[in-house]
Parts: sequence; C-alpha cells; structure tokens
Amino acid sequence: MQQFSGSKDYIASEELIRSVNIAAALEKPLLVKGEPGTGKTMLAESIADSLNMDLYIWNIKSTTKAQDGLYVYDTVQRLYDSQFGESGVDNIENYIRLGKLGEAFESEKQVVLLIDEIDKADLEFPNDLLWELDQMEFHIPETGRTVKAKKRPVVIITSNAEKELPDAFLRRCIFHYIAFPDEELMTRIVKAHYPDLKDDLMYAAINAFYRLRSLAGIQKKPATSELLDWIKALQIGGVTEEDMMKHLPFIGILLKKTEDLQIAEKEHVY
Amino acid sequence: MFTDFLYVLRAYGMKTSLNEWNMLLEALHQDLNNASLTEFYHMARCILVKKLEDYDRFDQAFVEYFRRLESMDPLPPKVMKWLSKTMAESGLDKDEADAAWENKTTDEIREMLRRRLEEQKEEHHGGCKWVGTGGQTAFGHDGYAPRGIRIFGEGRLGRAFQIAGERRFRDFRDDSTIQIRQFQVALKKLRLLSMRDDGRKTEFNVDATIDETCKNAGMLSIVMERPRKNQTKLLLLMDSGGSMWSYSELCNRLFQAVHRSNHFKDLKIYYFHNCVYDEVYKDPACAKEDSIPTKWLINNLKSEYKVIFVGDASMAPEELMELNAGFDYYRYYAKSYMNDYTKHERTGEEWLKALRKHFPNSVWLNPLHKRLWEFDNTTWTIRRIKSIFPMYQLSAAGLDQAVLKLKRGQE
Repeated sequence: MQQFSGSKDYIASEELIRSVNIAAALEKPLLVKGEPGTGKTMLAESIADSLNMDLYIWNIKSTTKAQDGLYVYDTVQRLYDSQFGESGVDNIENYIRLGKLGEAFESEKQVVLLIDEIDKADLEFPNDLLWELDQMEFHIPETGRTVKAKKRPVVIITSNAEKELPDAFLRRCIFHYIAFPDEELMTRIVKAHYPDLKDDLMYAAINAFYRLRSLAGIQKKPATSELLDWIKALQIGGVTEEDMMKHLPFIGILLKKTEDLQIAEKEHVY
Repeated sequence: MFTDFLYVLRAYGMKTSLNEWNMLLEALHQDLNNASLTEFYHMARCILVKKLEDYDRFDQAFVEYFRRLESMDPLPPKVMKWLSKTMAESGLDKDEADAAWENKTTDEIREMLRRRLEEQKEEHHGGCKWVGTGGQTAFGHDGYAPRGIRIFGEGRLGRAFQIAGERRFRDFRDDSTIQIRQFQVALKKLRLLSMRDDGRKTEFNVDATIDETCKNAGMLSIVMERPRKNQTKLLLLMDSGGSMWSYSELCNRLFQAVHRSNHFKDLKIYYFHNCVYDEVYKDPACAKEDSIPTKWLINNLKSEYKVIFVGDASMAPEELMELNAGFDYYRYYAKSYMNDYTKHERTGEEWLKALRKHFPNSVWLNPLHKRLWEFDNTTWTIRRIKSIFPMYQLSAAGLDQAVLKLKRGQE
C-alpha cells in the first residue's frame, strides 16, 4: 500500500497524514471532523490525486437515505417501458442503478470513496450503513445479486458535527479532528495555492485574517477557504500592502454577517 | 499486554470498547507506530477517540498511564470559586515573571501555594503574590509565569506542567462551556420527539405513492403520512441580574442558539432579575415599561409550554423568601410608595412554585459550576430552588440532560 503524504496543493498536518495512513492500513473508514472551511472535502481529492486513484463522491443531503448510496430500483421507468413493450423489461437488472457506494464497490481498481457531510442526513443514516462499510458488500433482493467490493475502497467520511453520530458507527471508524491551522501552517497553505504572491502582501493578509478571527463576539469566523478567496480578490484588485494598512478591502469575503462587520468596524480592524 | 491502560481510559470516562481495543492491538501488531511512543500516542488517539470532547480525557489518561504524574491534592472549593471568575489579562511583565519563577522547582512552587492558601483570605485578581486570576504568580489562571500550577482556568502557553501534558483539547470537553452550535444540537433534540406525536395521516406522499403504485403493477395505491411539524412551544426565562454578568457570554450563546432554532412552534423569551416576582420583562434591562405580569404568563400560556429558566439562583435568602424583598420591589415599588401603595402579591419562592405547578415541563439551567452549588451560605437559595425545579449546569452535557428531562415530561 502506498503512503499518503499530502499533495502539491493540499498541505496536511503530520497528524492528519498519520491518521490517513493508519486508516488505510487497518482498512477502516476515516471520519474527519473540523471547523467548516478547513479542507475536509479537499482531503479526499488530495488522497485520490496522490495515490493515483479514482474518486467517488457521495454528497449527503437531509433527504438522503442509505439505500440511495447502494442502488435504486427504477420502478417508474420499468412500468413506463412495459406499457410501450420495450425489450428487456423482464430483466430487472436493467432497472437497477447503482449508487456511489455500489459504483465504488464494482470498480476494478481500488478507489477513494468520499461520503461528504454525513451528519446532514437523518440520525439513523450511519447505522444503516454499518454492515455495508464493515463487509464492503450488499445484497440486491430484487435480482438476488450480491455486490461485493473487488478492492476495498479507501473510505473518507466528513462531518460538521451538526448531529451526533451513533456510537456503533463511531466504533468502526478512525477519527481525526482537523484543528484550525496555525499561522505557520497557514503560510504554507497560502504559498501552495499562490506561489507568486508577494511575501509582504501575504503576511499582511494572514495577519489581518487572524486578527479578525480573534475578535471577541464574532459569530462566523472566517476559515481557510475564505482566506484563499480573499487573497485572490486582493490579487485581482491589485491591492498593495500599503493599502492594507489603511483599510482592508473586500472585507465581505471574510465576514458574512452584518453583526460581525459591525464588530470589526468598532474594533477598528478595517 | 498493557490492558490496564484500557481501564485507565475508562476510568477517565471514555467509552472505549473491546472493538476499538482490538483495532489498536491490530495496529500495534502491524507496527504502524514504528516503535515510537509519540507515534503510538497519535495512533492510539485516532483509533480510540471518537469525539472531539474525548481528546482531553484521552490526553489525561495517557499522561497518567505513561508518565505516572503525581497530581495536586484537590483544591479547597473556595479557591475554585474565586478562580472561576475570569478576568481580562492586565499588563503583565514577562521578564519580571520569568526572573521570579523560572528557577523554582515544582516542589518549591507547590509548597508556596500551600502557604499562600493558608494566608489568603479573600479573592484576588492581578498582582504578583496571591492566588487569583490574571496575575503573575505561578498559581491561578489566565496569568503568565514561566512555570507553575494552573488552577481552574484555560492554559496559557501550555507551560503549567502539572496539568496533564498540554491538554489542548480541554475546552472541547462536553462538561465545560459550549458553543452556539452545540446548544443548537441539544435544542434540536427537543424537536425530535414532537415528530413522533400521534396525529392523523393528512399529508399526501408523492414519492411513496408512485413507488407503491408501481409495485402494485400500475394500480393506484395512495400513501398518506403524518405531517412532520414541530409542536414544541418554548418559554425561556433568563436572569439578567448583576451576578449574571460573569456568565453573559455563555448566556448570550444559549440565547443565540434558541433564537436561531426556528423549529419551535412558538418561542417566548422574558427576563427577570435574580428571581421571578410579580413581573417579568421583555427586555434584559428589566425596565418597568417593558414588564408584563407573571400572572399573565400563567393565565395565557398553556401548560404544554416547555419552560427553561436560566439563572445562577444565587441571592440573599430574604430575596427569595420574604414578601416585597426582591430587587424589583426596591427599584419600582418603593419609589412610588408615597402616591400609590402597591405590594408584591407573593414571595419569589411562591412565584417559582406557581410557575412550576402550571408548567410541569420546566427545568432550571445554572451557569454556576455544579461543584459550587453545595457550597456555603450564598448558595442556600440554589439548593432551595433546586428543590422546586430540576436543575442542570449550563454546559453541553447539562443541557442535554435538561432537554431529555423536558422531553420525557413528568416522571
């Protein structure tokens, strides 16, 4: 098994790299939590990229059911076809559509499967996937077929802690909490994304960013992805370091709430 | 092999099961830690710990097991109480503190702490000698000293070497203070049960109907469902009295969370001062113009309202037990005594009992740490109010229990 060690445009902390490799070695799903905007979703892309594997993303919404990830039996299409006498109606297999989990299992090569924001779904959702993630297989009663993973996928699960996940599910996962990057790591992250950025401007921006985050009473702290967007805006706008001293431009990219803007204004941060 | 580590972990409140333990042994077997203790720490942590809240427990257990650190005897509760008041950091002189404390050994510092505790008779915030907050001694919290013993506060610089390792995740423990998000998660639980209400199946489910019809070979088969509407009505009564200022940040978070939770059928928020008397207020300033009679609450709001009181429940005993003794009375009634003679109808305690009787689903959240409830004369009223309402600490764990209590109703 190859070792993951971060990639060119994704700087991971050592602890995170360790967790990824332990999860891969033990063949357990890796559950990643952390503040929004700390690159949880990016992690899976980066793993797929650096290990040269295909990535399957299963985005979870509040209406998603475990079944959706396995397969869907398209009964409406079959009924419709039967009325027009299309061929193949008698073969149910033609109307079974595999979900993301199913596709990942069926893949000939080992793949990375990202189950994104698992906490968005119903409280029972993770429990419905216990067997499938443990055994890496599921059964389709309509056709009597069992879909079994040809190569166990590397499973990455992200959660924003919107709901507590059930204990039985947690017990099967390797857990990693992505702490908010400190200034040093952040500098590396910014450099990875904008290698041509002038140092002065970068330090001024990072400095202002952490100052905003440290303001008491800020409701929605800006995160890494917002900082990256902001720096891009600064670059495009041709802002210089001297401008930054006087006034922070495009502040709306970092602070999204009127209350937060008012606090920043009161504290003379911008 | 080192199975007693498992028991140390469990003793620290982690719910580690054999499942994870086997996973760890498997990882050891594969030598994923390269025979290094640091690597082992990270490996064990990502396998055994499943929640952010447990990182701190793990850190402590790990330190206890692997370093066998000796720990301080439990501190006298009075000291804990002084220290629990946080205070902004005053200008600290790093060099001065370094010079004064750097050369002291642990034992010396501990011995000094013992002597100080014997001498010190009052609270202390800032300064170079006493145990307190925001100062430059090696004791207390929020201050700066090159080494020392942290008491009951957030760590600075990670140098208080007696507190297990760095304990960076201390603030995430579910029994310490909480963020808005965590409040929201807890409040959401209040919603869930209301979905299970038995009601009539009045909502037409399009998808299920199509599915059923198709399975039925095209014969129409209609599926109706119970509407998933939330029936929870919540009444929040918050203490905005002077003694609550130290907890304003915490209460603010709860308030925000309640406010953002748009899943209540009805939400009413009123304020009181120390204790509920004849009036409650629409505004935290508790101005007379914004008051509504407490009686109105009882007469107009149905008993199905779930009620959450938030207050430290700390006051002078007569403020709770005597007629016309409350703060409100002095402020508003005593002044108008000459032209318009009015009196409070009931004592604070009687009002609380009346509210409890009318709203059987009610709880009291106290921002004061649980350890301080059974403390001395100043908390006599806490015990008194606790006998009327089920009382929980205003923390993630406490709010969880409170919500559970509200959901179950009267047992």
